[in-house]
Amino acid sequence: MASVAFENSRRFHLGESFFKTLLYLSASIVLITLAAILVILYVSGQNAFEHFGPQFLWLDQWDPVRDLYGAAAPVAGTLASSAIALLIAWPLGFGIAYFLTESCPRRLRTPLGIAVELLAAIPSIVYGMWGFFVLAPVMASNIEPWLTSTFGWLPVLPNEDNPMWFWFQGAPVGVGLLTSGVVLAIMILPFIAATTRDVLLTTPQLLKDGGYAMGATRWEVVTGVVIPAVRGSLFGAVFLGLGRALGETMAVTFVIGNANRMPDGFFAPTASIASIVANTFPEADVGSMKLAALFALGFILFVVSFFVLAFARLLLRQGRMAA
Amino acid sequence: MTIAAINTGNYVRRKIFSAIMDTVCLLAALAGLVILAIILSTLIQRGAAGFSPNVFTHAMRATPGQGGGLSNAIVGSVIQTGIGTLIGAPLGIAVGIYLSEVGNNGRFASLVRFVNDILLSAPSILIGLFVYEILVVPHAPFIHGGFSGMAGGIALALLAMPVIARTTEDIIKLVPDSYREGSIALGARESATITRVVVPAAFGGILTGILLAVARISGETAPLIFTSFGSFFTSQSVFSGPMASLPIAIYRYAAGVYEEHHQLAWTGALIITVGVLLLNIASRAAFAHAQRR
Repeated sequence: MASVAFENSRRFHLGESFFKTLLYLSASIVLITLAAILVILYVSGQNAFEHFGPQFLWLDQWDPVRDLYGAAAPVAGTLASSAIALLIAWPLGFGIAYFLTESCPRRLRTPLGIAVELLAAIPSIVYGMWGFFVLAPVMASNIEPWLTSTFGWLPVLPNEDNPMWFWFQGAPVGVGLLTSGVVLAIMILPFIAATTRDVLLTTPQLLKDGGYAMGATRWEVVTGVVIPAVRGSLFGAVFLGLGRALGETMAVTFVIGNANRMPDGFFAPTASIASIVANTFPEADVGSMKLAALFALGFILFVVSFFVLAFARLLLRQGRMAA
Repeated sequence: MTIAAINTGNYVRRKIFSAIMDTVCLLAALAGLVILAIILSTLIQRGAAGFSPNVFTHAMRATPGQGGGLSNAIVGSVIQTGIGTLIGAPLGIAVGIYLSEVGNNGRFASLVRFVNDILLSAPSILIGLFVYEILVVPHAPFIHGGFSGMAGGIALALLAMPVIARTTEDIIKLVPDSYREGSIALGARESATITRVVVPAAFGGILTGILLAVARISGETAPLIFTSFGSFFTSQSVFSGPMASLPIAIYRYAAGVYEEHHQLAWTGALIITVGVLLLNIASRAAFAHAQRR
């Protein structure tokens, strides 16, 4: 009965509510962090937003001499390099996931799966360095000249004024849009493969067995049973990869060329939001329009990744409920 | 593909097509793994070439030919990762406990869970900009000068928290309800049930989450550019002045012009990668050990 008396005591209630309040406050910190990041980035970039207005979004210049800054080039560089990365990493990642869940000998599945997950943990600066020291020279001396001689005939896109799009023409300098897309693809490949594998594994074995019992081949079971069952989550996994690619700094900064201008072809040195922020930050004076423009870029990146990641989570959650 | 479609057609032809797609996927897997293996072997080759005790015993030097190492960067990384873990782990664990034991599926908990998942993969460079504005600028309002190891550690803490919150929630949910019921039946308070029964039962899993978070933040470069900035010297204080870190040292050295610095960058990258992979393997071991119990 002692404990009952204690339960009614004041100290008990104080202790319990203190404990719960502490947990509640910790949980609130998560929300506060997100809100604070959003507010701080906006407020710090406000000068640029107000000075340039909505024009900031499609002004394609970044000119410290005239103190003229626009977001169009880094936004285009971010979207284009991420798109190239997804186009390469998605099919390869699905291939790896299919291999790991369906056709790989059972004994190898776990070790190979672990290997893929470990590769996903390697810091992105390692990929950036490798891209800079190893891949870029190969791109410059072999791959880009080959691409020009093979696809150089692609017509320059007609245009009213500029920008023009030169496909695979221009100086093969090794660093630029294509190289950054390739390095990003290699970096997110293990991540996309691991999440896609997890998604494929959520398909109930009973459904798959049903497919096999109907006489379907392995590929038919995957395309006819597994993919329809987990379609939403599959897209969720890819969008999660996209969210990573959009905000990636180190893997991109080394190999995108850091030229603050619109890309006019796959070989063009350009910039992404993350690379321009990392590169120009040390030379942007406190209180300058340049620093405000960098924060404004950060705000744009945050909003874009927020929606991409939110969409990814919604797709994944729906998938989890359906499975 | 409908069932009718599966039943029609020549079985041999379909079987061959399936085998072809098997091969295509096998080739994709091989291509991906071979590229990643090439990266790892390059890293080991170039990194190991510069491996010497000097790397661990000497601080960085701005110019080559002075026998510079990476000791101050390694120490700085350990300090900042330590701060990040010491702040991020209790917060993350508390959030995880809240989500699983108190909030459950309530509206507030669902919102926290959703936002935590977003923070989990939000661009780390923006966390750096955020901490720069709230901790570095107030420290030195007119110039780029308020950098500190503390600011770097706090940026890393904000990256560690969501990772630990997620794994803690997932692992605590696996503790059987009978444990909680038994504890309540003995007359234990809710706080005692959580701290003395549920958390100890999930300890191995929580440790897994912490190790994963340490692995994640120890390789982060982008947030540190704006917070601890990097330095050639061994820091005298955590609270003021730039602090070196391994990722920033790699970044600056790799972007530099000296061959000797490139070599140190590769060696640093190898050290970080080996460290991160070992932490990941340790976290797996901790998890497997916890499962067995």
